[in-house]
Amino acid sequence: MDPYAPDGMSTAQVAAVRRTLTSGRSALTRRSLLRAGGAGALALGGSAVLSACGIPPAGREGSAESSDDRSAREKTVAFSNWTEYMDVSKDKKSRPTLAGFTRRTGIKVKYTEDINDNVEFFGKIQPQLSAGQDTGRDLICVTDWLAARMIRLGWVQRLDASLLPHAYARLSAQFRTPDWDPGRAYSYPWTGISTVIAYNTKATGGKKVDSVAQLLDDPALKGRVGFLTEMRDTIGMTLLDLGRDPADFTDAEYDEAIGRLQKGVDKKQIRRFTGNDYTSDLGKGDLAACLAWAGDVIQLQADNPDIAYAIPAAGYITSTDNLLVPAGAGHRSNATRLIDYYYEPPVAARLAAYINYVCPVDGVAGELAKIDPALAANTLILPDQEMAARSHAFRSLTSEEEKAYEEKFARLIGA
Amino acid sequence: MTAPAEAPPAPVPPSEPAPMAVRRPPLRRALIPYWLLLPGVLLLLVFFALPLVYQASTSVQTGSLEEGFTVTWHFRTYADALGEYGPQFLRSVLYAGTATALCLLLGYPLAYLIAFKAGRWRHLLLVLVIAPFFTSFLIRTLAWKTILADSGPVVETLGAIGFLDVTGWLGMTDGNRVLATPLAVVTGLTYNFLPFMILPLYTSLERIDPRLHEAAGDLYARPAVVFRRVTFPLSMPGVVSGTLLTFIPASGDYVNAELLGSTDTKMVGNVIQSQFLRVLDYPTAAALSFLLMAIVLIIVTVYIRRAGTEDLV
Repeated sequence: MDPYAPDGMSTAQVAAVRRTLTSGRSALTRRSLLRAGGAGALALGGSAVLSACGIPPAGREGSAESSDDRSAREKTVAFSNWTEYMDVSKDKKSRPTLAGFTRRTGIKVKYTEDINDNVEFFGKIQPQLSAGQDTGRDLICVTDWLAARMIRLGWVQRLDASLLPHAYARLSAQFRTPDWDPGRAYSYPWTGISTVIAYNTKATGGKKVDSVAQLLDDPALKGRVGFLTEMRDTIGMTLLDLGRDPADFTDAEYDEAIGRLQKGVDKKQIRRFTGNDYTSDLGKGDLAACLAWAGDVIQLQADNPDIAYAIPAAGYITSTDNLLVPAGAGHRSNATRLIDYYYEPPVAARLAAYINYVCPVDGVAGELAKIDPALAANTLILPDQEMAARSHAFRSLTSEEEKAYEEKFARLIGA
Repeated sequence: MTAPAEAPPAPVPPSEPAPMAVRRPPLRRALIPYWLLLPGVLLLLVFFALPLVYQASTSVQTGSLEEGFTVTWHFRTYADALGEYGPQFLRSVLYAGTATALCLLLGYPLAYLIAFKAGRWRHLLLVLVIAPFFTSFLIRTLAWKTILADSGPVVETLGAIGFLDVTGWLGMTDGNRVLATPLAVVTGLTYNFLPFMILPLYTSLERIDPRLHEAAGDLYARPAVVFRRVTFPLSMPGVVSGTLLTFIPASGDYVNAELLGSTDTKMVGNVIQSQFLRVLDYPTAAALSFLLMAIVLIIVTVYIRRAGTEDLV
């Protein structure tokens, strides 16, 4: 017997196996390997395996409330936020307000700027949340419609009101009772985001652009008009222009707004639907006028005196970016204390002075004026009563509405 | 390398004269290629086959995030997706095909130059071809928004020489602008994937023995004939792999269409992105991905059969 051969096989048998492996029909060639791999993949893809996949339903009464809070033992909080959404010291080395929080409470903040886009961020955390796992984040900042969706899916922890004395007292009336989180049990606004019309006076030849109707009809702007890929901002502004109420509209009214915009696409009045990248187009004059976010406009104006903005007579949309504690997060109390800290006027003023978005905190005018009187007087940052009265919120949608509306909107913007 | 190319024959006990065993390696040795393949196969299984199975499953599921998604063997999703998004599929193939052709037209002369004429500049030129890759894909694409700006020198020149009238007539541009038109998307695709064309072309051209050119010349072939009968056929492997490396990723790209295009230039990649992230219709997104894969696979198979480089399949 060949001592290297396995037991129980004759020399001839071993030779046959060997022949099979190294030459002849089942020799290992690239082609046969690929074929075998393909067959293997097909076998793997059998119905049993396919059926085993799937996404479990989101449970409202899942881990959200019962997630145990390790805040007392671990003095940390992991905070995920958007880029450029936090004050930075002049030498760019530290974040003064966050450092102040750590100094006072001893809670270390792991601050990550990993949110660039609501839909992408949701795509990133959705698998963990639907599997009931910790996302590794104790505090996240998402726009109101996504906050509404996450609360609806039961993926957000209820906040302890006793830890939120400043926030409770100082939240602007405008933001107190969104229909998706009345009384703010789950979320508090980080900033408000007003959608206004911005235009480049050089590109419009000095002409003022102050209504959505003008964006859609003025032949002087043909091919140089931009709308936003955020469905609620674009549709909301159009609904207002049509005399509808974005806080209370029907399917038919939604379709009417889509139809109005579709006409603008068809006659090539609208150049593009943009995300944040409208800022460079507007600065260069490739877009003469567009829907824009107020915070961007203030920053654009600082660099380019040709940029102007207008608030339509029909009103404008204000949404909010909201802080919430995702399900499974282990440091709820620490996160809640961080939320409350940002509702103290000196802290809120410092943040608003840096990021220039609508400040959701009452009583910061004095503090903001100490930093820069011009900012304190800017109604895009601290809306006065008249401004606040013209601000509208987009109503929250059920999941069926959301799907149907997003699909119609996707068709409008081409994909 | 000092190690022998082939391992010495296996030791065979002298008492057992087994002629087969002397000539051929024992079974354990015969299994070695399979063991060597194991890491690769595992990698493919975990990072290619499993995701593919998961995606196949997703494509036949129905449901919503609230109710969860379950497999219901809903094959209609495929038909619906193909019916609904036919134009975007067509655009993907068209734009990617055009960009691939342009890459070949631009890349071949450059690769030829680097391989045969560049002399000591060869390495510098190769580095320059790859240099754009040191910045991010997104930044490179956004840079084209400045290059092609409406009132920029490029667009004004193109308008002045009447180029925009021709492309406008072809439906590639719109009036006096290039941005937010199909031409801008194709330009972006061409630019972003050009190095993937040049590098394989260069490798296969560089391997051609220059003495073949001399021999052809000795046989009275004119330079054009030398190129047509000798150089080009010998560079075919480079042409095929270059076009594949360009066409396949370009047909799935969505960044160029998103940033440089408009509503009527969206490609399948954009639809998949929007179905997956905005509409949260995971089954449709998965079905679209499979359809794109199938379409690309068919096109590539036909192409390779015709191009005649059999050993690539």
